[in-house]
Amino acid sequence: MASRIMDVIANALNLITSAFDAPTGAIIFGVPIDGHLMLEALLVMVIVFQLTKKSHKPPKKPLTEKEIDELCDEWVPEPLTSDSTEETMIEPPTLESAAGPHVIVDGKDVVNFASANYLGLVGNKNVIDSCVGSLEKYGVGSCGPRTFYGTMDVHLDCEARIAKLIGMPDCALYSYGFCTIFSVIPAFSKKGDIIVADEGVHWAVQNGLDLSRSTVFYFKHNDMKSLEAILEKINSRIKEPEKVRRYIVVEAIYQNSGQIAPLNEMVRLKEKHKFRIILDESHSFGVLGNSGRGLAEYCGVPNEKIDIITAGMGNALATDGGLCTGSVGVVNHQRLMSSAYLFTASLPPYLASAAIGALEYLEANPSVLTKLRANIAFLLKELSDVSGLATVSHPLSPIIFLKLKKSTGSNKTDMHLLDSITNQVLKEHSVLIVTTKRSSLDKCPLPLGLRLFVSASHSESDLAKAAASLKKVAAVAFS
Amino acid sequence: MVRLPYLTALTTLFSYGILFVFGHLRDFFRKIFDWSKSNNLQGYAPICLGYEDFYTRRLYLRIQDCFGRPISSAPDSWFDVVERYSNDNNKTLHRTEKTTKCLNLGSYNYLGFAAADEYCTPRVIESLKQYSVSTCSTRVDGGTTKLHTELEELVARFVGKPAAVLFGMGYVTNSAIIPALIGKGGLIISDSLNHNSIVNGARGSGATVRVFQHNNAPHLEEVLREQIAHGQPRTHRPWKKIIVIIEGIYSMEGELCKLPEIIAVCKKYKVYTYLDEAHSIGAVGQTGRGVCELLGVDTADIDIMMGTFTKSFGSCGGYIAASKEIIQHLKRTCPAHLYATSMSPPAVQQVISAMKVILGEDGTNRGAKKLAQIRENSNFFRSELQKMGFEVLGDNDSPIMPIMLYNPAKIPAFSRECLHQNVAIVTVAFPATPLLLARARICISAAHSREDLIKALEVISKVGDLVGIKYFPVEPVKPNKVKHLKKIE
Repeated sequence: MASRIMDVIANALNLITSAFDAPTGAIIFGVPIDGHLMLEALLVMVIVFQLTKKSHKPPKKPLTEKEIDELCDEWVPEPLTSDSTEETMIEPPTLESAAGPHVIVDGKDVVNFASANYLGLVGNKNVIDSCVGSLEKYGVGSCGPRTFYGTMDVHLDCEARIAKLIGMPDCALYSYGFCTIFSVIPAFSKKGDIIVADEGVHWAVQNGLDLSRSTVFYFKHNDMKSLEAILEKINSRIKEPEKVRRYIVVEAIYQNSGQIAPLNEMVRLKEKHKFRIILDESHSFGVLGNSGRGLAEYCGVPNEKIDIITAGMGNALATDGGLCTGSVGVVNHQRLMSSAYLFTASLPPYLASAAIGALEYLEANPSVLTKLRANIAFLLKELSDVSGLATVSHPLSPIIFLKLKKSTGSNKTDMHLLDSITNQVLKEHSVLIVTTKRSSLDKCPLPLGLRLFVSASHSESDLAKAAASLKKVAAVAFS
Repeated sequence: MVRLPYLTALTTLFSYGILFVFGHLRDFFRKIFDWSKSNNLQGYAPICLGYEDFYTRRLYLRIQDCFGRPISSAPDSWFDVVERYSNDNNKTLHRTEKTTKCLNLGSYNYLGFAAADEYCTPRVIESLKQYSVSTCSTRVDGGTTKLHTELEELVARFVGKPAAVLFGMGYVTNSAIIPALIGKGGLIISDSLNHNSIVNGARGSGATVRVFQHNNAPHLEEVLREQIAHGQPRTHRPWKKIIVIIEGIYSMEGELCKLPEIIAVCKKYKVYTYLDEAHSIGAVGQTGRGVCELLGVDTADIDIMMGTFTKSFGSCGGYIAASKEIIQHLKRTCPAHLYATSMSPPAVQQVISAMKVILGEDGTNRGAKKLAQIRENSNFFRSELQKMGFEVLGDNDSPIMPIMLYNPAKIPAFSRECLHQNVAIVTVAFPATPLLLARARICISAAHSREDLIKALEVISKVGDLVGIKYFPVEPVKPNKVKHLKKIE
């Protein structure tokens, strides 16, 4: 048995060695093929076999129900709100009367610099009478969106009135000033479009920029050179400028700093680089310009050059709501594509009547604007030598912004210092001024400060009292 | 669930097909004719690119007169609709001085507080004279009046939560609160039919958003298990927190949400819940406290309850009710509280007075009567419509009832014909609803009397026959036929 196996193995070995040693090996198709060529052919076949085999992947094992159960049990969510180890919030003052130039807080009469009541319309008898008439006729709410029987004739009258004042063909009325800008921007700018915005814009504009999903570039606050550099960089990189919509978003009067945007220079840049301007005139509508038309009138720029103007009516017009004007195409597009116009109830009719009343007052008494400007100038002069604080707002801005000359290091400690100053001013001198508040969601990098909202109905003694009390308290705080 | 007959689906698709083809043809001819006119854009990109406004130009403008009808009186049970005319085939509409008195089936006036009310209006006018139209200031600066603090306490007591905070507008409440509660690293799971304000708030927050099938608690559980097990996309880190957002009554379907099942799922998996009661607060429930009272859910089980004052209280604005810590946190960080003008004082007074009437604290039982009236009205109307053979959506006790139209041509037909008969109806089509499921939506109010409802039913039945929307006629009950008589031998 063993010898037989040995024989077989010996024969096989002989065959293999003769195959290797054979000088000519086989002759296939008249071509002599050597023995080592057979070996090479075998090797090539092995390589091809390996290449064609699929790579080894570990088998996919989906999680079993038991494993999912364990993971769900182990998971611990964070608390819904972060643990507030910070001190308790300072409660804002509770008003007990109308927010005019004088207001009652805690039973005491206080001079009010916290309301953006620029034209002094809070408490105006004509406006209140027209509101009473409106309340008796329409009730309070409008109970429906604009498309579903929420459009009242006062809304249409108000829109026509505003359009006539500004000098644009049409206007769209929104039910809340805050949401106007963050609904207009996504209606006109989508993914793939380009927006260049000032870094000091307020949260509503920032939210609108986020929602639009466009590419956003920020330029330095109110710095036209920085803007020009960015515009040139963008234009050099776009391949098909006719297909990409480009916008510049700015505010007329910035509520985070009191600066005024230089519209002339911006219009020149926009025309050179083919961008469109979206201008938020919340604090300048009814304030700037000889008849209160806003920044375009003040700078002498014709209205057609500004593409979209939005404004909140909660400031100079002393009512609530927002507006957005532009060319006919712009306004019509909004009526169907702007979410805060379509999916929400319309403005309460009495607020629209109040707006019409405010516009009538403004048209009949343009002198109120000169009084406002005189008040601002007077107060700025009085506040030019406050210790520790410097005014940084524009001489025509009704928001007077004072920032700390030397910051204490962090936003939080700055807030403490400023809050203590305003508290003291309120308690000891009965003047209500406010600090800028910053939400944790706000990305604005501008410094915090104190704000005084000047009204045309403030008397000189009010302004003098405010300046004197601030100076006294600041002298103590910064000594 | 909506039933869609096959023939109707085919004809609807066919109609939309014709409209699209004609629209494209007209665009094509417009392009040819405009070739000669110079392009006055001069290097700017057009405001509307490509086919963004195709739907607007070619479909919506044809039936523009059915939407945005102006009125010139309070949106009460009967109101005056202003007549409009057009010289250029509905592209622009002009007002006239003439008005028609119509029955109002479209406004959100659930408890009848829309027009001047005998208890509310004198108090509102008094507060207007005391506090003027607006405070021109934010809540944290100088915009908080005694009325605001009073209303926050009243809302918290009414809804059944420890504390509440007010905002000037319902839409802004959702869009500005959700980013303050959750950010990157969090997960939001929202119902597929949620309102646009919730969608915007979720997108603006930076968190990942997932959707679960409408009102489907088992699907919600499936989505939750998958998401918690896999963690954040790509990094697979565990989620920081998860919030589920649902609504009390869905305004396009009229359905109540399946609150007990969904809350049970959320408690099991330790996720937070956010309930948007815009249409249900004040309108459903034994004492008007909303969907929790109706379905027997404890308010302590829901983390955040949101609502608006526009629908049942006849005012404007929104609120959030939650625990004291959450409300303090929101008052510190929410942008709408820090930057937006505070709610107008007369509007606040209107809500205070309306709530007092509903709670019975004004000394009468008008509130209880209104609540009973709206329940009775809704149930009567819905059952009558179903008997007539219309496809009506929504649950019992819900004051919203959509009637399905499906076909695009029936939308203007139904709307215009009802207006001729002095009944004002709201019709909704794409994009607020899916393409094939256009509908007419009826909102019942406590101010509607039985005669109003009977007249409405007559008109709707007549117009329904004309337009052809009685898709599911109810079989008349056949008398019991005696089948066979057994011969008794």
